[in-house]
Amino acid sequence: MARFIIRRLLQMVGVVFILSLLLFFWLRSLPGGTVSAILGERATPETRAALTKALGLDQPVWVQYAKFLGRALRGDFGASTKVLPGADALDIFFSRFPATIELSFFSLAIAVVLAIPLGYVSARRANGVLDSGLVIASLVGVAVPVFFLAFLLKYQLAVEHNVFPVSGRQDSLGCTRVTNFFVLDGLLTREFDCSVSALKHLVLPSIALATIPFAVIYRITRASVIEVLGEDYVRTAESKGLTARVIRGRHVLRNALLPVVTTIGLQTGGLLAGAVLTETVFNFGGIGSALADAFRNRDYAVLQVLILAAAVIYVVINLLVDIAYAVIDPRVRTR
Amino acid sequence: MTLKRTAPLVLLTVAALSMSACAQSDRDSGSDGGTSGGDVKDTFTFGAAGAPDVFDPLYATDGETFRITRQIHSGLLGIKPGTADIQPELAESWTPSEDGLSWSFKLRQGVKFSDGTAFDAKAVCYNLDRMYNQKGAGQTAAEYWTYFFGTFSDDPSGSLYKSCEAKDDATAVINVTRTTSSFPTILSLDSFSMQSPTALEKGDANNVQTAGEGFTYPEYSKNPVGIGPYKLSKYDEANKTVTLVANDAFYGEKPKSKTLVFKIIPDESTRRQELQAGSIDGYDLPNPVDWKGLEDSGNKVEVRPAFNILYLGLNPERNPKLKDLKVRQAIAYALNRDQMVKSQLPEGAKVASQFMPDTVSGYNTSLQPYPYDPEKAKSLLKEAGAEGMTLKFAFPTEVSRPYMPDPQKIHAAFTKDLEAVGIKVDSVSKPWNGGYLDDVSANGAYDMWLLGWTGDYNAADNFLGTFFSDIKGNDFHTSVMPWGKTLSEDLKKADAIVDEGQREAAYQDINKRIAEEYLPGIPVSHSPPALVTSGKVKGLTASPLTAEMFDTVTAGK
Amino acid sequence: MSPTNPMNRRKDRIDDLAATAGGTDTLVREAGTVDEKPGVSLIASAWKRLRRNPVFLLGAVITLLFVVLALFSPFIAPNDPAAAPLIDQVRQQTNPIPGPQPGFPLGGDNAGRDFLSRLLVGSQQTLIVGVFATVFGLAGGMSLGILAGAFGGWVDALVMRIVDVLLSIPSLLLAFSIAALASRPSQLTVIIAVAAVQVPIFARLLRGSMLAQRHSDHVLAARALGVSERAVVFRHMLPNSLGPLIVQSTLVLATSIIDAAALSFLGLGNPDDRRPEWGAMLGSAQQFIYDNPHLAVYPALCIIVVALGFTLMGESLREALDPKSRR
Repeated sequence: MARFIIRRLLQMVGVVFILSLLLFFWLRSLPGGTVSAILGERATPETRAALTKALGLDQPVWVQYAKFLGRALRGDFGASTKVLPGADALDIFFSRFPATIELSFFSLAIAVVLAIPLGYVSARRANGVLDSGLVIASLVGVAVPVFFLAFLLKYQLAVEHNVFPVSGRQDSLGCTRVTNFFVLDGLLTREFDCSVSALKHLVLPSIALATIPFAVIYRITRASVIEVLGEDYVRTAESKGLTARVIRGRHVLRNALLPVVTTIGLQTGGLLAGAVLTETVFNFGGIGSALADAFRNRDYAVLQVLILAAAVIYVVINLLVDIAYAVIDPRVRTR
Repeated sequence: MTLKRTAPLVLLTVAALSMSACAQSDRDSGSDGGTSGGDVKDTFTFGAAGAPDVFDPLYATDGETFRITRQIHSGLLGIKPGTADIQPELAESWTPSEDGLSWSFKLRQGVKFSDGTAFDAKAVCYNLDRMYNQKGAGQTAAEYWTYFFGTFSDDPSGSLYKSCEAKDDATAVINVTRTTSSFPTILSLDSFSMQSPTALEKGDANNVQTAGEGFTYPEYSKNPVGIGPYKLSKYDEANKTVTLVANDAFYGEKPKSKTLVFKIIPDESTRRQELQAGSIDGYDLPNPVDWKGLEDSGNKVEVRPAFNILYLGLNPERNPKLKDLKVRQAIAYALNRDQMVKSQLPEGAKVASQFMPDTVSGYNTSLQPYPYDPEKAKSLLKEAGAEGMTLKFAFPTEVSRPYMPDPQKIHAAFTKDLEAVGIKVDSVSKPWNGGYLDDVSANGAYDMWLLGWTGDYNAADNFLGTFFSDIKGNDFHTSVMPWGKTLSEDLKKADAIVDEGQREAAYQDINKRIAEEYLPGIPVSHSPPALVTSGKVKGLTASPLTAEMFDTVTAGK
Repeated sequence: MSPTNPMNRRKDRIDDLAATAGGTDTLVREAGTVDEKPGVSLIASAWKRLRRNPVFLLGAVITLLFVVLALFSPFIAPNDPAAAPLIDQVRQQTNPIPGPQPGFPLGGDNAGRDFLSRLLVGSQQTLIVGVFATVFGLAGGMSLGILAGAFGGWVDALVMRIVDVLLSIPSLLLAFSIAALASRPSQLTVIIAVAAVQVPIFARLLRGSMLAQRHSDHVLAARALGVSERAVVFRHMLPNSLGPLIVQSTLVLATSIIDAAALSFLGLGNPDDRRPEWGAMLGSAQQFIYDNPHLAVYPALCIIVVALGFTLMGESLREALDPKSRR
């Protein structure tokens, strides 16, 4: 087990190293760059040259990379140039990540709460009118461009009817920040109005982000319940004369939910990485909008950290899941 | 197994409990917005398009940052509300010596910084010397100083600034190395605001360092101490809001709204929705296509006088055919600028006859724009032997500027016009930050391109000088033209003239020559930008320099 | 079956799908035939069930209508979509969007072009974006997948590491960096950017399904008979992987169209808008969405319906090909 973990960790270091190399050279091959993003129309040949030199961008790329690597190994990923000028790029990741986790958590919650019961209902009446309708409806959610759905939600529920706020994470109530999970912070500091405000701001973006996981979880639940309903033990239970309620609860749902739970796990990774559009449209300050922001302004340091961090999270979660599986499933250990 | 399963939960609970023990609410419960009597709110909330960079204006470079620093800092000179003209601010008056190289400023008395320390002539000199003595990364970060004053103390040869003496508490004398129309006007720029020497000292304000490919700024940049109706209360990065509160130490009138909140909302249509939903009271640069809709739903669109220019740049170095004046004139005749202005720019936009707006001293009223005359264009092209020539014509994407709300549409309209007179157009586009500016300025990669300029202050040099003064590296590549050097020298000479009447005449003459003899590019239009507030907002004066002050503004409930 | 590694939604879905090729194999074995036309029975049985599946039929009808529209729209459209007959009415401030009028039932757009004609003809470029993005993604993914799946060993390890790295970058970010990398943005760069995101997915899919077959009986048999490695890969393994590839391609047709719209929305679409495309129309309508929502709503509806058509087809195909649901 220990050897397995060590090997995987070494592999991770390799992946991150390769990615950092690719990323570094790729970003610097992009047209434009930090210098013109900072100087704008005001650029003169002199200021341009001075800034390029000051930022070390006049050196060969491999020298720049060597310097970057040297600093990065000491935990210094450089300062942001535009997303939050002067701030440590790694700090930006840590301050923005809670927002994305919060958003992903709530949209997953919405998706799960709706998808599992509907998936179950669908499966019980497989290929009926209700089932077909639900299948199509879930896929409509996938077919709608996220930014368009976001606009519709905002227009109807925020602008026309003022039920929910248009954008942002919280009203400016002067809330105290502890963890940067705004809902949690409000509870911790007993500023409950802050939590309420943060929750209200979460509703619309969570719905917009929930459409795709909803469709996936719904589909898996449906397929899984259909499969379990055909299993021998369910038939046995039925023939034993157990009440429908017991069968449903103890036999069908419990067995059908295993793959569903796995799927929910899978969705988390996708959501954490993929909220660029939703966060941008709702001006929700997570890593998705930070990525878009950093990209638009060619903020190299922030881009590098965010993408590398995403890769590390991806690999680490992968590893954790593998370990968890090894613990649960003895067959894996023997391999 | 049970223990294993519950252990994380226990840990989490313990962590949460311990955190809640140290998590104290640190907000003032007394100053919640909107609780005072009367029918106006305590708080005015403005939708900003971008996040501020730093709060030390010396190191700031963009409009979004200056919009905020302007409320918390003042300069020796100020801007008369609603105009581009200077007026006294921290200096009550100023007089030059006879040779124009030494300026003495009479300072306003009884002024205090927001930390309670006194503002006097010593503070003025401390500030200017601080700017002049920037070292290392600080020099690069102090971009406005480089742009307007030239070099720093380690290379005095290129500096406009020479020295500063505090004659007495109320008199500061600033010495400059040459005469220029820009001085002392540039002292009205936000970057050269006066800040508290004590706080600068304490916050290690000059300690700018490079870190990777960016700069790190000292603690002071987050806690600025200046003179202004407001002071910085909090920049909540996580929630993208900047909160300013009234500065009790301010010498002038107390601000009408006690609290000023800037909500950072990069997306324009989201800003509009926020305004419509009532969560912000106003925002900057509404898209001209929205103006009517905004007004129809009860908002006020404040149109600023146009203080900008949109032009078509030409690069004769890349395309030698453009060296021929006839070809350049043919392009001017070929473009239906009237129609473009009417269909693509807001009302109040005008076709430009020269490279500066008419409010700037030196504007030549006798000049008329080249009329739309495709026949004339064709015959000029024929004379020049340039029929069927190809132009690589570029426009930027991912950007909207006050002078150019929708570059693609402007480009499309002009392309059509050029093709109509037989010029082949090779259309190129690049993202604004994704290579467009580099290609225009550093690489000279296009024959013709769209670009513009919004003035910093009211001086011809800020327009013409910016475009053509620097013979070596200007975007128009005038160095390959026989008149390029003359133009550059004449602009420098005109800028150095001390007498205002003579200077104005010199610039008028240059404008005439640029329009008729040189035509290094085609001036296209002046377009008024706007800002919008809800119908309940009172007291806002739109500024052509986009330098609005918010201390007079109130938002009704 | 070894436990799947549940991290990434895409990865898992891909592997799920890849496993259906393994299913083909079992079926072939059961039928006792090894060669000839592999997978016919699978396709036939799938078709039998698809014919009666209302979800599939709806998808097929939508897709068919869309393709017909794309082919014939230039003849149906009342006006030239690139001409600007209404430009004289366009006033940025007072009348940015000319309203409906005789000859122009949906009015114009902000450059004075006939909106209805653009909407109709837009189906063409939309189809082109969808099809080419899919084809490019498929081609790229297949090359990588074949490389990895056919050779295994260190080639496989290397290719899959690269694929994993690509999958770990948020797809939209990958697309818009590639779009931004282009020195001259155009329809082609949009297609390439959208296609690039699909490459690792196709690669993983194909590699998974080929790996599932490497030790299966029909491949072993072919090898034992002395069939060359090349022929084994192209004649035996690849055809058996086609099912999942077709399913994935159908789904990718939908996502490419939606992704292209997202690129436009983020300002990285095709800057030349003379030839209309729904995604670009939707993206550029954002600034008018408040006062003239129809400019966004119509192309959005078109995209939704077409993407739904492809998705319905893809999902029901997937279900039909899935051995688990074939009882």
